[in-house]
Formats: sequence, structure tokens, C-alpha cells
Amino acid sequence: MRLLVCISSVPDTTSKIKFTDDSSRFDDSGIQWVINPWDELALTRAIELKEDNTNPVTEVVVITIGTFQTEPTLRKCLAIGADKAVRIDIEPLDAYQTASQLAAYIKNEEFGFIICGIESGDYNEASVGGMLAELLDFVSVSSVSSVRFNKDQPIFQRDVANGKEELSVNGTAVLIVQKGFASVPKIPNMRGIMTARSKPLELIKASSSKSLIKFVNYHSPKEKEAVQMLESSDELVEKLSKEAKLI
Amino acid sequence: MAILVYIRNVAGTIKKQSLELSSYAHAMAEATNQEVIGIVIGEIDDSALSELGNYGMSQILKADNPNFNMRVNRVYTRIIEQAVLKTNAQYILFPDNNQGKAIAPRLSVRLQAGFVPQVLGLPSSYEPFHIEKRAFTGKALANIEVNTERIILSPILNSYGLNENKTELKIENFEPEIDEPESRLTILDKKVNTERINLLDADIVVSGGRGLKSAENFKLLEELATTLDGALACSRPVADDGWRPADEHVGQTGKIISPNIYFAVGISGAIQHVAGVSGSKCLVAINADPEAPIFDVADYGIVGDALKIVPELNEAFKQHLSDNQ
Amino acid sequence: MIKQWFVWYSKKQQDKDTLKSPNMNFQFTEEQLMIQQAARDYAQRELIKDVIERDEKAIYPTEHIRNLSELGFLGMLVAPEYDGSGMDTISYVLAMEELSKVDSSIGVIISVNNSLVCYGIEKYGSEEQKQKFLKPLARGEVTGAFLLSEPGAGSDATSQQTTAIDMGDHYLVNGVKNWITNGNSASTYIVIAQTDREKGHRGINAIIVDRHSEGISLGPHENKMGMRSSDTHSVQFTDVKVPKENRIGEDGFGFKFAMKTLEGGRIGIASQALGIASGAYELAVKYAKERKTFGTEIINHQAIAFKLSDMATQIEAARFLCLKAAWLKDQGQAYGIASAMAKQYTADMAMQVTTEAVQIHGGYGYVKEYHVERLMRDAKLTQIYEGTSEIQKIVISRAIANGDI
Repeated sequence: MRLLVCISSVPDTTSKIKFTDDSSRFDDSGIQWVINPWDELALTRAIELKEDNTNPVTEVVVITIGTFQTEPTLRKCLAIGADKAVRIDIEPLDAYQTASQLAAYIKNEEFGFIICGIESGDYNEASVGGMLAELLDFVSVSSVSSVRFNKDQPIFQRDVANGKEELSVNGTAVLIVQKGFASVPKIPNMRGIMTARSKPLELIKASSSKSLIKFVNYHSPKEKEAVQMLESSDELVEKLSKEAKLI
Repeated sequence: MAILVYIRNVAGTIKKQSLELSSYAHAMAEATNQEVIGIVIGEIDDSALSELGNYGMSQILKADNPNFNMRVNRVYTRIIEQAVLKTNAQYILFPDNNQGKAIAPRLSVRLQAGFVPQVLGLPSSYEPFHIEKRAFTGKALANIEVNTERIILSPILNSYGLNENKTELKIENFEPEIDEPESRLTILDKKVNTERINLLDADIVVSGGRGLKSAENFKLLEELATTLDGALACSRPVADDGWRPADEHVGQTGKIISPNIYFAVGISGAIQHVAGVSGSKCLVAINADPEAPIFDVADYGIVGDALKIVPELNEAFKQHLSDNQ
Repeated sequence: MIKQWFVWYSKKQQDKDTLKSPNMNFQFTEEQLMIQQAARDYAQRELIKDVIERDEKAIYPTEHIRNLSELGFLGMLVAPEYDGSGMDTISYVLAMEELSKVDSSIGVIISVNNSLVCYGIEKYGSEEQKQKFLKPLARGEVTGAFLLSEPGAGSDATSQQTTAIDMGDHYLVNGVKNWITNGNSASTYIVIAQTDREKGHRGINAIIVDRHSEGISLGPHENKMGMRSSDTHSVQFTDVKVPKENRIGEDGFGFKFAMKTLEGGRIGIASQALGIASGAYELAVKYAKERKTFGTEIINHQAIAFKLSDMATQIEAARFLCLKAAWLKDQGQAYGIASAMAKQYTADMAMQVTTEAVQIHGGYGYVKEYHVERLMRDAKLTQIYEGTSEIQKIVISRAIANGDI
């Protein structure tokens, strides 16, 4: 069984976020790009599944939609243990365009299931997984917190209101995953790092696709008012009820 | 033309988030001279829905076929799509939570409608349609333009608040035609944990960090959370060390939440943590270190030993709640 | 015409310059950056958790060493054919810095294993020695120790009192070695000992000794000021039999072996000192941005800001010295002087920078919870071991006198 993990290359979580002078674009100078944290957990778990020989997983493929700038991120995925990387060469304008490009690739391939992190740390659209499933008419399972195999059948666990559900899917599923899917992201070992370049990184021309929304410009959130330091618990209860009117 | 609001059905009840969404829709409706219509899926009594009439909703389509009790994203998407077509809705609103994130993107594809999640505030203009969303995990706001015929939005929970508007509410049954009942998905097992309040839905979240010194001390936070009918959360090191389960981790790489009150107890306030809670309406920080960066982003702060303050606070809230019953 | 000539000439000149000095490139490769990130992730995620406890109780980091060997750090410089990771020395500098930012005891364990033991056997050992001893070391299954210092011979390595007497088919080793890093945890020792006293330093041999051989006894774990979780012991040899085939190189090669190997060791220790300094600096910056006095963060006071400015510049200068030495080694060029400069400057700089980091932290800096006092204690050792700062200055000044530089 082949697994596909959709990867987004995003600014490192500690990056200072700034924009071009006219505020219309993200200024990526000096930015360190990393694997989107949820995608990294997805990849970690996919590789764990492959490394456990009792599972039918034979290959882990990673894919990203982006310019050549995303290739180091893809090679990091290969270093961590993915077998093959695919890059579709277009800078997507929104989640819909990303999902359309993914769908165009996936419809000619066969995967046991496809994993998407719940959202990406840059444009926070949290949509690619759902859109992808709809474009391909696949089942989408959101809030997936773990996956395991029962013989050859993958069993997914998802969070639902006040509980957890275990389920199986007939056919290809798109999993939308979050924290807990893997415990900590896998650190690549040196052998992995050195073999990353010898693994296939397939470059695919973008198919024609459109976007549905347009990011016009950006600005910083307004500064919060200064903190009020309080002396006692009673004072806090008073403030929360009388001033903030939240209790 | 109408504004369609997806009302989340939680085992026959609705959450405050639906009232907020209706309030938000009502404000849009006033600006565009439209009607606010709700769609609810799965079994639910009319009485459980009536309160929506106090928040500007004038009609509800109820697709209460018990077959729909279980949420299947694909099926829900098609039900809502039919409701959109029936009501000719121009705007469709979802809560910005797991359900919204699961269904709205699928609907966006079906309707070829632009979807803007993590919305903050009302649209700044309708022609052309402009609205602000959160970007870069709270480090920026993006101004979005959407030119599609229909538009899907999900405002961040608790960011708009409740606004009462008494409206006469009609509830009518809605029977969507689902061509292919979803058979690809089989539920094998369900573990219900009714005692715990879902972190993503909670109005009040009590969260602890390393400053609590041990896993056992989280009991104190649990007690406070119980008093306030809130949920428990934690910082990343606490989850990584196994003091608390991973699904309680809030922060940039964990859950991103926006409760009405967020108590950060013994959490220093690393930038990654703050990114996950910066949408909170009110942030209360309790920390022994007066220089902890959490105080820079807090609304109220108390400096001191969490192990002493939390029980005091618990008592003070208990007192307050019993006084105001 | 002139323009054409100029184009032709500049092309020629470029080729020549390229030959003379292949390139001046400040860009790390993707692989180097990934190794740096891997070391950083492991250090910041795992080492940080128990580093204070390990320092306080002087606990050897068994589990961390196992994890790091799985990641490939223990034999990172060894060629893949001997089960190493085949990394370049630049990557080694980057990794050592990141690990030592959090825990320099880990740094020294890895440095001794890589740059002294593995490098010594890989560079100068026989094929049989590589198969037998290098492979498990490179895989990180066992660690190694380098036994040179003696109670009466530290910096002065020529006056070895430990003897390895040629008994025909084996050596008989007797004597005491001091301050041995990995003394207890190591399985493979490289012992420097005198075979023929009359030949002076040409009578010295380097031999590989199984730590579990009969006749080896260890002194107690030294109760050190810093780097407390690396295990430092004195090792006593009493009639220890060592097969002749365990000698590295020709008879009498031992002194040269030790000197050559230590040249590379300096890069490891210099990078370790670099990590100690940059770790302390990062903590100081973080603290200075949070801590307020007189109504503002202390980074806004020039007294603190200028300290940080000096620290940043000194660390950057030291980093270049370390990387230059590593680069020369990777290019197969002489690097003995460059590594001496790197070690002396970086170790002395680390002592200064960590002291300032404690000062910036004020009272908090003096308590263990804030890490900087430990880094300051650790920094001191980098000025002492694998050639004191004074010895490095002798190496450098002799090169100046000889006209080598």
C-alpha cells in the first residue's frame, strides 16, 4: 500500500512575519522554511507505519505545490524517510488551487490513503484536505488522532464531540490530522540526510487551475492593551464579572 | 437571497456558537437586506432550536432524518448544498471548528464558492466583497477579496459575540435527496467521554504549563475547570512530557482555540503557545515570574505561586457563582 | 577589442583564482543545514529536559548517547564503508555547536569518539583494526577513549611514564593515565605508551586496548567543576597484555599519531566551546528582552546591550575560525595551526562570554535553573583539555617563528 502525505513548506514557527512595502505580499527574505508542523507529524506517522513490517505499507510519497524554493523542505521529507517526493511547479494563490493541483496528480495514482495536516502555518486556510476529497469524491475523515492497521485494513480514530470514534473506510480516504497523530516529529538520521538527494524528486508541470479567493493585503494585529496586574483571586473574580462581564 | 447558517447539532442540542453565528449573520443580513436561515442536520427537537429566534434567525430547515445523525462529511456537504440551492443563499456561514473545517471546504468545491475561514469581524465591503481573516497563525491579518457568486465564511469562535434580535422563527422540515447514501465509511467503535468538555467548544479554558511542577498538580486546574464548566488544556512541554494527553496541547502546533476566558497557569508564554490562544477574548495569566512574557499578552495577571493561587481562585469563583445563582 | 580581451582575461583570471582558492563560500549545503537542525532539534527537545539533573548528580547520559548514535552522531566523520555517516567536518562543527549549546558533556563524549578515536583508527589504523574496532565505534554501539594524559604528563606529552614493553608476541602495559574522558563508558581505548625510553618520543606507541582486559582498574569518577555528566576517570594498567597487531602504525609512530590526532580534536573542542558560548549568549539575549529594570527591558540599557553586542561579534569570529579549520581539513590541507587558533580563541572567548551571560542574568544567573552558571563552569574545561590555551599559543607562536604562517 502506498501512502501520500501532502506537505506545505511554511516559515519556521519562530519567524518574524513581515510584508512587502505595499503590504500585498509576504516578505520571505531571511525566512527559514520548515515542514508545516502538522504535516511533519503526518509524515512521521506514515514512516512509522512503513517501518513496522507487520503493516502493508510499502511506500511513502510526499507532495507539495510550490516553486523550487520548496525543494529543501521536500528533501528534508526524504531525509526523514519518505521514498519519493513530487513537486508541482506553481505558486498557488489559495487552498482551492492547491487542492486542484493535488487532485490532478492523485487521480492518476493509487494510494491507500492520503494525509493532510489540518492547516498550514502561513495562510491558515485549513481547507486543502476537504477540498481535495470533494474534488476526487473521496471520503474525508477529519480530526484524525491516530491510525493503525488491522491486518491490511487501516483503522482510523477521530475526535468527535466529547469522545473518540474508530472507523474504517472502503476506498481511498483523505485524512485530516492534527496534534497527537504522531507523538513528536521524527528527526532525520544522517544516513537519511545523505541519501535524500539520491531519492526521486519528480517535478510536474502545473495543470491549469483557478483560485476562488484573493489575498489582497496584510497588516499586523492591533496591539493588546497593557495587562492589569491584580493582587488577589477575589479581585480577579470581580474584574472578570464586572469589567469583562464574562462570568 | 439569503444567508444560510449551519447549526451544529450536538446530540439534540445546540451550542452557544450557533447563537453567535446567527448574531453575525443577522448583522450581515441587515447590511445586505437579506434573511437569516439556518440548516440543522440530524434529530433535534424544535424547542432546542427556538432560542435562535432571539438572535436574528427567521427560518430553520431541519433535515432530521435519523440516518443523518452520524456526521459523514460528504453527505452533510450535499444536504447543505441542497439547502443553499433551495434558499438561494448568497452567503453560507460555518463555525470555525472541526465541523466547519470538515464540511465548508467540500461545499466550497461543490458550489465553486470562495471559502474564507478564520474570519475576524464583519465584511468591510460587500461589492466587491472584502473581509479580514487571521493569517500566519495570528501574527498577521489578511484582507481577502472574494468574487464568486456565493461565498462561504467561518468566523472565529467568540470573536463576534452574541447580539440579541428577537425574530419570528419558522422551523420547517427539509428532506434533501441524497442519491448515494455514504456506505464507504464504517464506524467500528465509539468511546464517549461525556464528562469532559470539548476543548474547541469551551467558553472557558484552564491551561497549565511546566510551572505547575508535576502531573499531580493538574488536579487543581481540573477542579477550577469543573467549577467554571470549562475545559482543561496544557502547554507543549507538559504534553511532550506526558503529564497531560497530547490532545490537550494548545499552541501553534497543537490546538488553536479562542475561548472567552483563557487561564494560563504556570505558562511562560512562548511565542508558539501564544499563537494558539491569541484569539481568546480575555487572557488571564498566573505566573510566579513577574517577567514572564505571558503577561505581555494577558489582560489580567497575578504574580505568585500557582499552587496557592489556583485553589483560592476556585473558592472565590464558587462563592461568586453561588452568590449569583 | 579591448572589451573582448577583458572578457578573456577575466575568465582566465577567474580560473586561476579558483585554483588558488577554490571558493569563498559562506553558504552551507542543504545537508549541512539538515544536520545542524537535527542536532538542534534533539538538543532543544530532549537534552534540555534532564541536563540540570545530569550535571548535578554527574549522571552519564547513556540513553542520549544511544539515541544520538542512532541518529549517526557518534561516528559522523567516519566513511560509510566503515559504518560511519561520512559527514564533512563543517557539519561536525555545526552539530557540535548545537549539542553543546544545551549539554557540553554530550559534546565532549561525541568529540572524543569522533575526532580522536574514530579519526585516529580510520586515518592511521590497519584494515583489520578498522574492521574490528572502527566499525562498532562508528555505529555507536561502543564508545572510545583516548588515553594520553598522565599524572606527570599533561601538556608535555613526550614524558610518558606508561610503558608498553615488547614481549615478542604482545605488549605488556603498565602505568597510570589521568583525566580520561569516557574512561568508564568506553569499550575501546587508544593508549599512548613508551616502548623504548632510549628513543625518546620516537619510542612511543599508540595501541588499541580492550577496556575489559585483565589488569585494568579505574579510579573513581572525578568530581569535576563542570562537564559533570561525562565520565572522567584515572585508569591504571597492571601487566595488561595487548596483542601486537593492536599497535597503530609502525613501531615508534605513537607520538606523531597523538599529535596529528589532537590537531583534529581541537576542532571538536573548539566547536564545543563555540556551542557553550552561543548557548549562553542566546539565553542572555532572551533574558535581556524579558527582564525589566528601571521601567524597561534591560536590553535597552546600553550597559547590557553593548555586552551582548561584544558577545555576538566574538562568537561570530570564533565560528569563522572553527569553520575555517574544518574547511581546511575537508580540503585535505594542513589545518594544525588553524585548529590551534580556533581552539585557543574559542575556548577563551567561551569563558568570557559565559561569564558575561551570568552577569547579565544577575542573581538568576547564579542559580542552576537558568543554565548559564553550568555553561560557565563547562567553558572553563575547554581552556584546559586537549591542549591548554597556553599550549595552543606555543603551537601558534612556533609556527610564526618558523615562518610557517
